[in-house]
Amino acid sequence: MKVVNIYKRLVTLSLVCSAVGLSGCTSLGVEPWERDLLAKKEMALTSAPIDASLDDHIYFSKEATSGGRSFGGGGCGCN
Amino acid sequence: MQLKVNKTNLKAMLTTASCALLGSTANASTEESWQFDTAIMHYAEVDRVSATEAIIAGTKTFNNDEVLNLKVTIDALTGASPNGATAQPTPQTFTRPSGNGQYTVNAGDTPLDDTFHDTRVQLTGQWTQPLLKDYIVSVGGNFSKEYDYMSASLNGNVARDFNKKNTTLSAGMSFAYDVIEPEGGIPKPLSAMVVGDADDPNFEDDFNKTRIGSDESKSTIDLLFGVTQVINRQMIVQLNYSYSTVSGYMTDPFKIISSVNHNGEAQAYLYENRPDERTKHAFFGQTKYHFDSGILDASYRFMTDNWQIDSHTFDFRYLIPFTNGHFIEPHFRMYTQSAAEFYQPFIAQDEAKPNFVSADYRIGELDTYTVGLKYGMPMGDGNNLSFRLEYYHQTPKSNGIQAIGVLKEVELYEEVDAIIAQVTYSF
Repeated sequence: MKVVNIYKRLVTLSLVCSAVGLSGCTSLGVEPWERDLLAKKEMALTSAPIDASLDDHIYFSKEATSGGRSFGGGGCGCN
Repeated sequence: MQLKVNKTNLKAMLTTASCALLGSTANASTEESWQFDTAIMHYAEVDRVSATEAIIAGTKTFNNDEVLNLKVTIDALTGASPNGATAQPTPQTFTRPSGNGQYTVNAGDTPLDDTFHDTRVQLTGQWTQPLLKDYIVSVGGNFSKEYDYMSASLNGNVARDFNKKNTTLSAGMSFAYDVIEPEGGIPKPLSAMVVGDADDPNFEDDFNKTRIGSDESKSTIDLLFGVTQVINRQMIVQLNYSYSTVSGYMTDPFKIISSVNHNGEAQAYLYENRPDERTKHAFFGQTKYHFDSGILDASYRFMTDNWQIDSHTFDFRYLIPFTNGHFIEPHFRMYTQSAAEFYQPFIAQDEAKPNFVSADYRIGELDTYTVGLKYGMPMGDGNNLSFRLEYYHQTPKSNGIQAIGVLKEVELYEEVDAIIAQVTYSF
């Protein structure tokens, strides 16, 4: 349980840090003409959606966690 | 050349099929704007389940940036799955979930039910479009059907760009409704599996006494809130929080738990029972970083729920491009979860039966890892071919419950090895 509590605190801490970080978002980012690398297909957050959906299906049926990146949902009676 | 003609024909055929679905006619401009991704994946566990899954997904981008995604998935599952009972130093006989016949497991072996055989068809559609200035909305649906299971869901998302599109906030909601109708019906929770002479005229009556109905359902509501931030020319970050609440039947009607005497010998097999409410919170963070030599994709997910399961997932991919357009992408994933509060590997016969109990190792303490490699190459005309090969390993662990008697001599937490092989072609 102790380990779990430490993890929970770490997650809370990282979320607070992220929120603080995001309030300074206006200083982050690029100008439209600086998007050459970000515009690459491989730089999309989900650059291989087919792989992602196949993986989601495998891990959904083999582990107790689903979703996070997108909706966890239902979907199959897989064993 | 013959190959090229066939490819063109295939694309034309799929375009016509898609247009027929949409009630529009194919013409030169629509033909050019469809993009298809196809994949076939084989998942095989050593001595257990194997599944083959085929996907065809079409994406059409319209002139005003509206995007339509349609996807068909077909998968076939076959093989053996653990039934939840513990191994024993003697052979064990179990009644099949359908009530039709029995199967025997050798001494020392983890009991596997080898009757799994199912085919699933899934249809997915998603419509995404810009709305007003800086907003993107998306709505979609999903329907999946297999022999004993049906799932339908609807989702909606809205995203707003800020700060020259460097910051995006998004919110989404999904509702899913699932129905399970197992052959042989829904077992009465914690009732004992009837294991006797299947040819006895009373066997069917006795089996039916352990059934409480033919089907059960559950509904799931998911909420997803996200922020995406461009950090600099090379780096983008995403943070998501998701809330999921499931209400209804979450018991696995095919799973049992061994009820053992003081010497660990199985005296009965009880059908498991899980709570009918589950609330999950998940925090997901991902970054992509464009190095000179390649692209790093790293993500972390923390999930906690009211079944007392906490999990951590780490995922790393590194895409290394070559000058000829080919690439390789090594992948490493690590996952660890704590056990649900009602997980037990077995029940002691002389103890009071708990309200909720499951011996399903997938909600027990579990560590897994995946290592894999993807290799991709361009095929001309913007088409791409890729191969993916991965190794998945599961290490179920004790949640602190001590083995007793003969259970000390058998493997209660058998490790699982699986291979994932996939071919993807985009055109």
